[in-house]
Amino acid sequence: MDLTGWGRVTVARSRACRPERQQELAAAVVEAAADGIIAFGGGRSYGDAALNSGGRVILTARLNRILSFDASTGEVVVEPGVTFRDLIEVFLPRGFMPPASPGTAFATIGGAVAADVHGKNHDRHGSFGDHVRWIDLLLADGTVRRVSPEADPNLFAATVGGMGLTGIMRAICFRMLPAAGTHVVVREERMRDLDAFLAAFARVRDTATFLVGWIDALATGTDTGRGILETAEFAPASDIAAGAPARARAVPFDLPGFVLNPWTVRAFNEFYFRRVPAGGRQRTVPFATFLYPLDAIHHWNRIYGRRGFYQFQCVLPDATAAAGLRHLLAEIGRARGASFLAVLKTLGREGRGHLSFPMRGFTLALDFPRRNGAEAMLRKLERITIENGGRVYLAKDALLSPESLRAMYPKIDKFKAVLARVDPHETFTSDLARRLGLKALRGRGGHA
Amino acid sequence: MTAAPETWLVLGASSAIARAFARAAAQDGADILLAGRDRADLDMTAADIAIRTGRRVQVMDFDATDLAGHAVLIEAAREAADGGTLNLFLAFGLMPNQSDIDRDPALALRAITVNYIGAVNLLQVAAPIFEAQRRGRIVALGSVAGDRGRLKNYVYGSAKAGLSVYLQGLRARLYRSGVTVTTVKPGFVDTAMTFGLPGLFLVASPESVARACLKAAKAGREELYVPFFWWGIMTIIRNIPERLFKRLNI
Repeated sequence: MDLTGWGRVTVARSRACRPERQQELAAAVVEAAADGIIAFGGGRSYGDAALNSGGRVILTARLNRILSFDASTGEVVVEPGVTFRDLIEVFLPRGFMPPASPGTAFATIGGAVAADVHGKNHDRHGSFGDHVRWIDLLLADGTVRRVSPEADPNLFAATVGGMGLTGIMRAICFRMLPAAGTHVVVREERMRDLDAFLAAFARVRDTATFLVGWIDALATGTDTGRGILETAEFAPASDIAAGAPARARAVPFDLPGFVLNPWTVRAFNEFYFRRVPAGGRQRTVPFATFLYPLDAIHHWNRIYGRRGFYQFQCVLPDATAAAGLRHLLAEIGRARGASFLAVLKTLGREGRGHLSFPMRGFTLALDFPRRNGAEAMLRKLERITIENGGRVYLAKDALLSPESLRAMYPKIDKFKAVLARVDPHETFTSDLARRLGLKALRGRGGHA
Repeated sequence: MTAAPETWLVLGASSAIARAFARAAAQDGADILLAGRDRADLDMTAADIAIRTGRRVQVMDFDATDLAGHAVLIEAAREAADGGTLNLFLAFGLMPNQSDIDRDPALALRAITVNYIGAVNLLQVAAPIFEAQRRGRIVALGSVAGDRGRLKNYVYGSAKAGLSVYLQGLRARLYRSGVTVTTVKPGFVDTAMTFGLPGLFLVASPESVARACLKAAKAGREELYVPFFWWGIMTIIRNIPERLFKRLNI
């Protein structure tokens, strides 16, 4: 079966199976162990995290049951293939929300733990892994271990944010957070440049429940870093206007490469910026519309055409963020790599995983269509990230080298030590793991 | 919680279509009885449906080949329906590879026992209860494989063909008591039965098949192909002369 990440840059051919019962999952791990296995959930990581060229892939989509729910605490146990969409549908009307939500509701909870995902409420609530109580982990030797911060802190820290390399999650227990409604009031404000943007973030990050910025990565000169800051709070029930939710649309086929060029993207960005009046505006929208704006367009990754795209996401610590972001934006602006939908957010603290992405600081995420020079450009951004003490998000990454990984993730040796202990024969492996030197075994896949 | 006016007994409830059907029926306000062999698995599905829908969901042991056990199960289901209407969804089945069957006659017998004898026995046991109930829906999963004996799948196909004829008769019998019997013939559905098989096209999701089944049941439809265009495909396949058909590799 041919699989790709969301960015569709590489196609990986592997043998796939799709267990529908726990029994079948356990049997699949035993049966496929010798070939090397990675779990594949919603297919929403951008690069090669869930790909395993020449090996085996276990699709978790059909293991999508909610196994228990405690309405007094918000504690829930789910199979790994349950999605954020499931959680929102089932629990938002009952006053609970996922503790952290990535930008798409089609991501699975197994993936959310493996990537220790963060959302627009990271300053306040941390990342997904911060809310995990335990994980029933199916290990390479076929046994199941209940992994928690108390029972085996190191294995827990290697599983949260561990990109699926410690084993396959059979079940995940985590706490949801109270949600004070089904809609949010979103306040949008224009930010005229980067300094204004950063100052505004500093002002609201400790008080706003949700905050996210859209940044015009093509703006140059005095406009550098301009964008829109969105903050959101749950709306009182009385403010909600009834109305059918908008139907999702789909991009029916790959758009040809020329559609996205510096001019069309610049025009889009100009429009996107001016859409918000100079004095700002305020709207009440369904919570899911705010959290997952792109889910309204199925297969939006097709707009980048057949060759696919890279997404770059880094975080820079507070202290270096201003200078570092300026440097990154200058580089991006110079290359005119057509990129829209660039996102700037704050993160509040380190995650619990050895390879967790978050740290206190600012995170910038943007897409680059794959075309000549994209890789060289991304390497430059990587270097700037390292120079500023930041790191790149593995769930988005497709290009990082082992050396860069080491420079960004100081706990890499702890992570590798856990892998050596729980998976000495490298049963769990992926294209990402081999690329980053997390798994050494040769002879598997195209590149060992 | 008081019993719902409708209760669906879902047989072979670990399969993807059955799971999706149980979820859809519960969302529609029915209580659910999940019956099958993998109790641990059914307990998980039961928890999932109960949490998602707030309906009552119970698990019952069921083995299609344990013919003596069918009466006990049906009686337990009738009690669980608690005065409300009991409905049946038959989703159990066994589709071995034809080449495996051709090597092992015992496997042919097993496929027939599960797909035909098991289903007939269960429905014969259940029929009087439906006649006494004087209402209710029965939905059974047939197969397009039952429309024509094919090289690649003729034992399974013959069992499903037999079931289809049986259901026609049962439909006539229960019609007199206001009970509907719906035969659903799915084409290619994205399930464990078909995952990874070559040559599939226009594959339907289990959820869409489940929704079609529920809708057809509520409308009292007699027979339906899902997706609908399989009616056309099977009409063509049924009309190919046998002289020619026997040479085809399908």
